[in-house]
Formats: sequence, C-alpha cells, structure tokens
Amino acid sequence: MTSPAGRLRRIAMAGGHAGVLVFFITFLAFPFYWMLMTTFKTTIDLHDVNKNPYLFNEPPTLEHLKVLFEDTQYLQWLINTGAVGVAVVVITLVLAVPAGYALARMTGPWAQTLGIAIFLTYLVPPTILFIPFARIIAVLGLQDSLWSLVLVYPSFTVPFCTWLLMGFFKAIPRDLEDAAMIDGLSRFGAFVKVVLPISIAGLLTVVIFAFTLVTQEFVYGVTFITSSQSYTVSVGVPTFLVRGDVYFWGSMMGACLIASVPIAIIYNFFVDRFVVGFTVGAVK
Amino acid sequence: MTTVTTAAMTAAVGRRTRLADNERWLWRLMLAPAILYIVLVVGFPFFLSLFYSVSNVTVGSRDMGFVGLENFHRVIDSRTFWTALRNTLIFTIVSQFFVLVFANMLAMALSTDFRGKWVVRLLILLPWVAPISLGSIGWLWIFDSIYSVINWTGQALRILGPTEWPIWLGQPNLAMASIIIVQIWRIVPLATVIILAGLTSIPQDIHDAAEVDGAGFWRHTLQITFPLLLPITLVAVLFGVIFTFTDMIVVFVLTRGGPYDTTQVLATWAFFTGIQGGDLAGGAAVSLFLFPVLVAVAIVFLMLARRAEVT
Repeated sequence: MTSPAGRLRRIAMAGGHAGVLVFFITFLAFPFYWMLMTTFKTTIDLHDVNKNPYLFNEPPTLEHLKVLFEDTQYLQWLINTGAVGVAVVVITLVLAVPAGYALARMTGPWAQTLGIAIFLTYLVPPTILFIPFARIIAVLGLQDSLWSLVLVYPSFTVPFCTWLLMGFFKAIPRDLEDAAMIDGLSRFGAFVKVVLPISIAGLLTVVIFAFTLVTQEFVYGVTFITSSQSYTVSVGVPTFLVRGDVYFWGSMMGACLIASVPIAIIYNFFVDRFVVGFTVGAVK
Repeated sequence: MTTVTTAAMTAAVGRRTRLADNERWLWRLMLAPAILYIVLVVGFPFFLSLFYSVSNVTVGSRDMGFVGLENFHRVIDSRTFWTALRNTLIFTIVSQFFVLVFANMLAMALSTDFRGKWVVRLLILLPWVAPISLGSIGWLWIFDSIYSVINWTGQALRILGPTEWPIWLGQPNLAMASIIIVQIWRIVPLATVIILAGLTSIPQDIHDAAEVDGAGFWRHTLQITFPLLLPITLVAVLFGVIFTFTDMIVVFVLTRGGPYDTTQVLATWAFFTGIQGGDLAGGAAVSLFLFPVLVAVAIVFLMLARRAEVT
C-alpha cells in the first residue's frame, strides 16, 4: 500500500474523484448561481459587456426584486401556485391513499398488474393529452380558471402517488392490522386507526411529491390559461415576463430563484423515497 | 318505538361492519375512485385524441366531421413533420447518450463517503427539482445573444477569438446543441440518483470478493459493477427517453422551434399546430406520433417489473 506507485495511484484516484465532482457541480448548479448574481446586479452592470460579469462592478441592488413584487403579478402567481398545489394534494390524498392501500393488501395476480397499469398512466405525457383537454376545458367553461388545473393535475399525481403509497403500505406488517382486528376493529377501521397513523412519513412524501409536480407543470398551464392573473409561477415567468422586446433579466432571475430553491431543498429530504418508487422494484 | 330504532340501527351498523370487513368489496370500493378518476382524465382524453386525429375539429367551430386518415396524410406530407421527427430523434438520442455517461460517472463519484456530501447532492439535484420552465429561463439568459456569460468566459480564457461571438440560440446547429445541453442538464440529476440507488444496493461482499481476487478499478467497474447495474440503468434510460421524447418545455422556452424549425420537435409542433393554430385535429395527429415510443417504454417497464417479481 505504501509503495510509491500505490500512493501515486491513490492520489490520482482522489484527484479524479474531486475533478468529476467539481465539473458536475459547476455544470449543474451554475445556472442557479448565475440567477443569484443577476438578481442583485444593477441593470447598468448587467448590460456592460466590457466588464467582468462574475463581479459586482456596481454595488448590489434590491431594485429587481422590488420591481418583481410591486410591478408584476409575481406574488399573485405564487399564491395561485400554492392554492392549486393544496387543492391537488388534497384530491391526490383522497384518491391515492385508499387505492394504494387496497393494492398493497389485495391478493391474487390482478393486484400487481393493476398496480403497474396505474403506474404506467403516469408516463402518458401531457403533450399527448393537451389537445383533447383544450376542448374539454373549453366545453366545461374553465378556460383561464385555476379550476382547470385542479381538475387536470391529478391525472399525473394520482397514478404515481398511488404507486408510491402501495410500496409504503406493503412495508407495514399485516400482523399489526390482524392484532387490531382481534381487538374489535373492522378491516377498514384497522386501516384508518392503525395503518394511517404509522404511515405519516409516506403520506408526507406524497404531499411533497404532488406539490412539486404541480409547481413544475407547464404544458397544461400554458394551454388552458391565457389571462395573466391566473398564471402559476412556472407558466407566468416564461410567458409573461418575456413578452415584448425588453427582458427584465434581474427580475426574471429573481423570480426563477425564489420559486426554485425552497422546493429543491424540501425535495432533497425525500429523494431516496422517490427513487424507490421510480425504479419499479428493480432495486430492492 | 325506541326498540325498533335501536334494532334498525344495530342492523345498519351490522351491515356497515360487514361491508367494512368484507375484503373483496372493501378493496373494490377503495380502488374505484382513483381508477374512475384516472379513466376520466387520462383514458377519456386519450381516446378523444384518437378520435380528433380522424376528424376535422378546430378550436372555434362546433362542427366535427369524420375525415379518415386525411390529417395523417397532411402531417406526413408536410416538410416540418420530417424535420420535427428528425430533430426529436437527435434531441433524444444525443442527450440520453450523454446522460448515461455523465450519470454513471457522477453516481460513482457520489457512492463514496466524503465531507459535505449532503450539500453536493443538493446542488446536483437542483436542475431536476426546480421547475424546468424556470431553469430554462436561466439558460435563456446564459445563452443571450449579447450578454452570454459563456462567450465572455470563452474570450477571457482565449478559447474564443476576440471577434468570435457565437449566437447560441440563433444559429441552427448551435441552437440544437443548446437545447440538448439543457436537456442533459435537466435529466442527469434524475439518472444519477437512480443509478446511485442501484450502486448502493450491490452487496458489499461482491466488492470485497473482487478486491480479494485482485480486480483493479477498471476491471472491477466494467466486469462487476456495470453488469449488476444493467437493470437499474435501463430504468434511468427509460425515464430519460420518456421525459425527453415527449417534452416541449425546453424547446418552447429557449427557441420556440426556431431558427427556421431547426429545433422544432414533435411536441412543440403539436402545440403550435393544435393550440396556437387552433387546428386540434392536426395537432392530435402530430402528438399521436409520440405514442409508439410510449408503448415501447411501457413494455420494457412491464418486463422489468415481472423480472423483479420473480427474483
């Protein structure tokens, strides 16, 4: 181990390891670092091609954030996103929790097939469904209404969350429920009073996942909503703040940063659970 | 009177208890709402889409007639279709090739323990968890025709000559390269965490045995780790392909299909035809060309799931 060749090899490996990490952190996180810099630079500084763009050539400013919150409907978009998110999370829980539990406890060859069939509907992309939806939403008179999003977003949250919950419930030993039923609870009572309270972690994962999917959605939003006060953040910033010839880069980057980073941090706590769901049992 | 009510109540309670205990019916009742909703918001629109593709429906008019395969003929006869199909394939294949290579490298680097791993993982995951429409806006600024930080850096490092100033989103090949870069940027985090989960699930005994047998880094990686990772890598690729082949957000935000349709993909073209152009029938026909890939991916998933069930 202590031979010069061995040491050299170890140094090379450590160097390679660090190099790979530095390269990918730079590539993957750079746009967010750049958003941060742009948000706090003065417009003159942003538009000076001759100065080093990595430095603050003029003192940092809060002007862009002031414009964003006072002169645009950004705050309204944040509120819209939150409202749609909460409504979709509630619908998702109401539909996916019982379904996930039933799939976890059903016996027979149908249970697994049905579970996978539900999971596969998650893969049907908005870009196949948005055309018929455009007309359905028009017929229902829901254009420009946030209710159109509340109606349609469960189409991708319910399948994946049902699948995730099925996995969670399968991990809970049946003995617990059997014991509760001997103590006099019904089959359903055992689910509500015994299984649900110990599944808080699973339920929370589903809440986070459904909410992040709502904040990320763009295709349906841009299809159904055309009036600016009903946008969600992910639709409002790219369509409304970019309109016209003048790009308010400082405000736009601030808008992207504020909507991205909190979600990213929360999501980070739950990533491992999502991965288990994504991998369809290919990883145990 | 009271006894009657009590008896009725007991009967009702009894029936309810029996329902709450009858597993067969209970499972059906618990599954029904979710399945009904999925059928209504996924199944129904999907069949409507099939129906629209053989009709002459538009946004404005209420009339709808059957026109057979006319829309598909119209789509196939158009030059934009072939451009979009080719672009979609290039966009998907090139980006997913790099995703595969990058995600494997990054997952290997993350599989060892080091200080600050938590922060590194957060930074690496950002592109995947942040709304992609907003991430793309970040790139729009990075690729800006006048203020591109890439060009400034390139000139500062003397990679670009003093008069070289590529217009990233305005020149056909560069525009294609740009949307591919952004798509790689977006999918690499997801593929990395999936492959990382596969790496950590390989039992330590296998690594130890390889070590004892004297396998070096490359031999260990190529002959032990990669073959064991194959199923999980396949999952990562499938998600990447689905999320790339059917995606319109990156292209929509960065180039809107331009310049001159050189970055037009099937999904954006379906949007511009069906929603902005109001030709729902034509748009439906275009978007149905996304379906075969979906079916292929679904079949591979089913095979994987069956395999996981057996083992």
